[in-house]
Amino acid sequence: MIQFQGVHKWFKKLHVLNGIDLHVKPGEVVVVCGPSGSGKSTLIRTINQLEPINEGSLVVDGMDLCSKKTDINRLRAEVGFVFQQFNLYPHLSVLNNITLAPTKIRKTPKKEAEEQAMALLERVGLAVKRDAYPTQLSGGQQQRVAIARALAMKPRIMLFDEPTSALDPEMIGEVLAVMQDLAKTGMTMVVVTHEMGFAREVADRVVFMDHGVILEEAKPLEFFKNPQHDRAKQFLKQLLSPMH
Amino acid sequence: MDFSVIVDNITYFMIGRYPNGPLGGLGLTLYLAVVSCILSFFGGLILGLLSLSRFAVIRYPVNLVINTVRGLPLLMVIFWMYFLLPALMGKTVPESQTVIMGLTIFTSAYMSQIVRAGIEGIPKGQVEAAISTGLKGWQAMLYIVLPQGMRNMIPSFVNQFVSLIKDTSLAFIVGVSELTHVATQVNNRTMSYPTEIFIFIAAVYFVLCFSFTSFSRWLEKRLAWRKSI
Repeated sequence: MIQFQGVHKWFKKLHVLNGIDLHVKPGEVVVVCGPSGSGKSTLIRTINQLEPINEGSLVVDGMDLCSKKTDINRLRAEVGFVFQQFNLYPHLSVLNNITLAPTKIRKTPKKEAEEQAMALLERVGLAVKRDAYPTQLSGGQQQRVAIARALAMKPRIMLFDEPTSALDPEMIGEVLAVMQDLAKTGMTMVVVTHEMGFAREVADRVVFMDHGVILEEAKPLEFFKNPQHDRAKQFLKQLLSPMH
Repeated sequence: MDFSVIVDNITYFMIGRYPNGPLGGLGLTLYLAVVSCILSFFGGLILGLLSLSRFAVIRYPVNLVINTVRGLPLLMVIFWMYFLLPALMGKTVPESQTVIMGLTIFTSAYMSQIVRAGIEGIPKGQVEAAISTGLKGWQAMLYIVLPQGMRNMIPSFVNQFVSLIKDTSLAFIVGVSELTHVATQVNNRTMSYPTEIFIFIAAVYFVLCFSFTSFSRWLEKRLAWRKSI
């Protein structure tokens, strides 16, 4: 579904992705973790080409991202992306946030798009907020709307870039629950997160990155019980008991 | 002080010889301001968008034009239009049109900077969110960035419009009978009331501009953008 082969990426002189090889199978949920500045956000952003890669090959859903023939807008329509900062459109109501892309790109009739949007809002538990504006919602609610907005395009892959990092602790659960439900439907998901509880319960695989390199790839249980790499051990230790 | 000269000529100050002759006075001032304002809104929008183009071939010449115009006195631009436009078109162009042209070019250059700042003020995440759902660049601009940017631009637009109203007085120099020109006409005709006449004219400009700045301040309060997050 997503195939990285020898992917390199530089920001000026900074080598952010240093030879990434990663294969995500259809229906798989992959959690990417690592210390800040490890390149995990950049990694996930290359998948829908918010960040173009400089070297190597990247094939997503059968489309070669390096080929000039690939219609990048079409690819992005098939790949949902959820941001750390939600990035809802503040000038549009919740409903219009969700229906914008389907009506403009899929040419879905307005009424049908609204019905689908309502079904999605139902699914993330926010049907009552259809006419609210993003600023009137809590962070957790905004993020759930953002997930509904991404799902409205009926994507085949969903990418989450630290979806709960900007949330107050009591709101993290509601967002993770939505993501867990989504994983159960068999959606292919790549999730950058520090929520190790989520990784343990939902992920099929955990990928640990540092300095632009994938240091470790393992099933969640193995990774948490018995991390191989020193830096992974240290990372987990700091994550689980930040005071020490 | 004898303000009867104002009362006697009030229609002339307001609308010139209209409807028996061409529109003049305050009417013409407003006409010049409104038409130039509408034209330079679109001019500014287009120039602003082009100045942010991804393509250097478009961006550089557009910025060159904008910066050149911004570096010239308005009076110079009006003179240029007055002498150049007829030469370029190969026929006579009414003075008021040359003035509108000059004001439009000049104000468009300034408006483009407002548009540019308005667009650049929208967080990058908005565009990223839009293109992530598959929207094309221009769709993200049209549906997401501009509607938000416009709201931020409105107060600056109003301020620019106020400047424009005052700038129309420069049309005087090429003999367009707007408010200032009409005032000098009446002054030359009556000879003995310059103080009264120019106090009146100043008051008219002030009232006009002050009401717009007040309007702009009110708008700014009403449209104060509540930040998301």
